[in-house]
Amino acid sequence: MARHVVATVDEIPPGGRKIVTVRGREIGIFRLGDEFFGLINRCPHQGAPLCQGAVVSRLVAPVPGEYHLTRPGEMLRCPWHCWEFDIRTGKSWCDPNSVQARAFDVAVEKGATLVEGPFSAEAVEVTVEASYVVVTM
Amino acid sequence: MDRPASGCPVPGAIDCDIHAALPNTRVLLPYFEPYWREHIQRRGLERDSFEPSSYPANAPINKRPDWALADAPAGSSLTALQGHILDRLSIRHGILNVIHGAQVMFSEDLSLAFCRAINNWIRAEWLDRDARLCASIVVPPHSAELAAEEIERLAPDPRFVQVLLLAMAELPLGRRQNWPIYRAAEKFGLPVGIHAGSSFRHPPSALGWPSYYLEDYVSQSQGFAAALNSLVAEGVFVKFPALKVVLIESGVTWLPASLWRLDKTWRGVRAETPWLEQLPTETVREHVRLTLQPFDAPPTAQQLEIVLEQLGSDRMLLFSTDYPHWHFDGDDALPAALPPDLMRKICIDNPLETYTRLVKEPVP
Repeated sequence: MARHVVATVDEIPPGGRKIVTVRGREIGIFRLGDEFFGLINRCPHQGAPLCQGAVVSRLVAPVPGEYHLTRPGEMLRCPWHCWEFDIRTGKSWCDPNSVQARAFDVAVEKGATLVEGPFSAEAVEVTVEASYVVVTM
Repeated sequence: MDRPASGCPVPGAIDCDIHAALPNTRVLLPYFEPYWREHIQRRGLERDSFEPSSYPANAPINKRPDWALADAPAGSSLTALQGHILDRLSIRHGILNVIHGAQVMFSEDLSLAFCRAINNWIRAEWLDRDARLCASIVVPPHSAELAAEEIERLAPDPRFVQVLLLAMAELPLGRRQNWPIYRAAEKFGLPVGIHAGSSFRHPPSALGWPSYYLEDYVSQSQGFAAALNSLVAEGVFVKFPALKVVLIESGVTWLPASLWRLDKTWRGVRAETPWLEQLPTETVREHVRLTLQPFDAPPTAQQLEIVLEQLGSDRMLLFSTDYPHWHFDGDDALPAALPPDLMRKICIDNPLETYTRLVKEPVP
C-alpha cells in the first residue's frame, strides 16, 4: 500500500469530481461537503466508466405517492444502464450486498505532513502550504 | 428421487379452481332484490345466458367430454361435481369461481345486482349443501367502491375465501382507482384471485383484435404478465403488505422469463417507482400464488424440473382441476413428474397457507 497525491483540495469544489489514474487504474474522486471519496471508474455490472455518470440524490417513497428526496448529490448513476451507486461506499442501490463498485481510502493531508513522505505525486506538485487529496492503494 | 406413478392429487387435496355454472339466468331470480328482479324481468334479461366471451361454454377446451351434462351447462350440477371431482379425488375443500357476464357489465349498478344475486345463489345452492365447498366473492370490478361494499357484506361468512377479478379489465389492475378492492380484501384476510378473462374494453392482445379463439386464449398469459407488472409497479404490495394475489388459469410457466425482464429493468429505472425497494421477484414470491391448471408444461420431465427451479419457490403453486374445463384426462390433474414432497405442498400446504380461512383439519 502506498499513498498517492492525486489533487489539491481546491481543485475539486463541493459536489465536484476528478477522475485520476493511480498505478494504471482510473479512480473517480468525489467531494461531498468537505469529505472526499474514491470509486473505481468501472461499473461492476458491465464495465462502463461509472465515474462519468450523473451525480444524483437518493429518491425514496415509503408508500406509493409519498415522495422524499434524500442524500442530495450522494449517489452516482452509471452512464450505461442507470444503476445507482452510493458515492460513500460504492454499494449499488439495487443489490447492495453483491453489486459494489470498489471504493478506495481517500484522505486530506496538509502539504507539510506530506513532504515528510513517503508518498508519490506524479501529477501534482506538493507545497508545504496547500492541502491535498491523498489516495491509499 | 421417488416419483409418483401418476398425476393423481394426494387425498385431502384442496382444489383451488372449480367452476360452478348457472344452469340458466332464471335460477337467479329469487336471489335478486325486488327492484332488480322487476328491472331484469321487464327487460327480459333472464332469457340471456350472460356467457362470457372469454369462456364460450361449448368450446371443447371449456367442457371435458366426460364431465358434460346431458341437458345443462357443464359445471351446473352439484351432484355431478361431487361424482366427477370431490368424491372421486377425495377433495377436502373446493373453491368455486363463477365466471359470468356480471363481471363485465357497463352499468355498475346492474353489475353489482347480478354479483350479489350470484353470491347469494352460490351460498344457498352450493355452500349450504356441501361443507367441502367454499367460494370466491364475485364483485363489480369496474366500480371499486361497490366491489368493496360487496366484500364487506360477505366477508363475515368464512366460506367466502377470496375476491374474484378478471386479468384484463377497464384499467390495469394496479391503478389506484382499484385500491378500495385491495383495501377491503386485505382487511378481511381475503386473497384476490385474478382469473383469466377480459372485460373486452380493450383487445385481449396488445396488437389489436385477434381473429381466432386460439389467439385469444394464448394471449391470456400476456394479459396476466401485464396485470402483474401493474400490481407490482403501482406499489399495491407496498401499500397493502398483507395482500395475497392468486393468478388463476394463467398457464404458470410464462412467469420466470417475465420476472427476469422485470428485475433487470427495475435495476436501471427503479428511481421512477421509489416505493419498490426490493427486487420485483422477491415481492412476487412473497405475495403471488398461481393455480396449476392449465399448466403450460415443457415437453420433458427434465425441462419441467428446470422450470420449477426457475420459479424459485415451492410455495407458489396451488392445486386446481379447473373443472369442468378440459386440461387433463382421467384423474391425472397434476404433471406426473412432480416429486412427492412438492406434490403435497401444491395439493395441501400451499392452499392452506394462502387461504387462511380454510379449516385446517388433521391430514388423514
